[in-house]
Amino acid sequence: MAEYLVLIYSNEESWAATDEAFSAKIMEGHSKFGEKHGAALRGGNALEPSMTSTSIRTDAAGKSVTTDGPFAETKEAIGGYYVVEAADLDAAIAIAKDIPAPFGGIEVRPIRAMS
Amino acid sequence: MLAATIRITRDFDVAEECVQDAFARALATWAQQGIPKNPGAWLTTVARRRAIDVGRRRDVATRSQRFLVTDDADVGREVSDGDFEDDRLRLIFTCCHPSLTTDTQVALALRMLCGLSTTEVAKAFLVKESAMAARLTRAKKKIALARIPYRVPERSELRGRIDAVLLVVHLLFTTGHTSPVGEKLSQIDLVERSLDLALMLRGLLPDDAEVASLLALILLTDSRRGARIGADGEFLALADQDRSKWHRDSIDEGLALVGASIRRGRPGRFTLMAAIAAVHSSAAHWDETDWSEIVGLYDLLLEAWPSPVVALNRAVALSFAEGPLVGLMAIDELSTDPQLSTYPYLAAARGDCLERLERLPEAREAFEEAALLTENHVERDFLRLRIAQLS
Repeated sequence: MAEYLVLIYSNEESWAATDEAFSAKIMEGHSKFGEKHGAALRGGNALEPSMTSTSIRTDAAGKSVTTDGPFAETKEAIGGYYVVEAADLDAAIAIAKDIPAPFGGIEVRPIRAMS
Repeated sequence: MLAATIRITRDFDVAEECVQDAFARALATWAQQGIPKNPGAWLTTVARRRAIDVGRRRDVATRSQRFLVTDDADVGREVSDGDFEDDRLRLIFTCCHPSLTTDTQVALALRMLCGLSTTEVAKAFLVKESAMAARLTRAKKKIALARIPYRVPERSELRGRIDAVLLVVHLLFTTGHTSPVGEKLSQIDLVERSLDLALMLRGLLPDDAEVASLLALILLTDSRRGARIGADGEFLALADQDRSKWHRDSIDEGLALVGASIRRGRPGRFTLMAAIAAVHSSAAHWDETDWSEIVGLYDLLLEAWPSPVVALNRAVALSFAEGPLVGLMAIDELSTDPQLSTYPYLAAARGDCLERLERLPEAREAFEEAALLTENHVERDFLRLRIAQLS
């Protein structure tokens, strides 16, 4: 078995344009996902919008520089994540496909196993 | 030994050769990296590889397992002969995993399934060996770290996964069948490997028309194996082949398969290509070839798979269906296509039409152009022979 970080990307502008009924529908989708794959889920959360993000880089002099915003400015921002345990990539992808991801998509990334 | 040019210009065995070349081209490398200066070199270089015996094949598969994720039950298990077929199926599905790019899939398949060296794979993709080595290493690392499974996908997943596998198996066949560089016309071991894989895939998805058609295409094309080489080892064009030497059982099987695929409805690429091969297989003599049927099939193929190379093949078929002047006009229309501008087969096909029109100085010029564009010295020799025969 291996663990995968499943990142949910979406276009925040498109999200902002939706109504409450839509959000409720997506939340229901996540509930269903949780019920179906509860055994494989090791964690997961929704995130506040990327405008609430703060990034920290180290400059050439070794000094920490804190900046406003996500590390990479992209149209689709990470809106939430799950940590999933699966036998292999196919199994992880099969689980990830059940995650509702309007206005974006899903990235499946293996978590490095520390022994 | 012979060159694809021969086939296009002299006999134009459309389905057998050019489409396959086009198919290889479609495998996305160039979509990402741009069209190389000499696309014809692609398959030429692909085929530059040493012969591989069965033992080495097994060796490759066994070695390949080392970095692959296996089920725990498999760990420590001896790889027996009986497992070997299964291994190859697993391997090809691993190589063709959708989490890898198409060109990486092909590169891996050539390396893992066919035992091509990294140098040879690099040549096939017209990239530096160091770049190919890095790409293969990256792919293997991803397979290991992301745990891309080493197994045939679940039934529910199979259909979504099969297209990439069909492409790669077809490429394996093509590279074996047309092996333009080296002492021999074909690399039979590669051909047989692709045939084995096609048979296995057919066993896996017996109801899939495209799977059946790929098998049919391989059977029909390979049925001519014994007739393609003359007594002195020279290539015999489709027009000159002794058709009684065609392997009848393969043809019957191929025809039955493609017939069944066509009856399933809207034909896909492989069904159309197999149908074109079937038209050749059904003609008792070259003169009886139903070229208008072949042109019709190319029209459909062009719709299913718009590619300038398919269009070129269609134009050549047209030159046999409606005469060299019509063919020449269709070819000339394509000559401005950037993808074909340095494609030696276009110039060679022009030369053939011009020769049949008895416009010999122009034919000479076209063959000379084709000879310049061709990197394969055997192709070049053949074209020079044709030039010599013009006068």
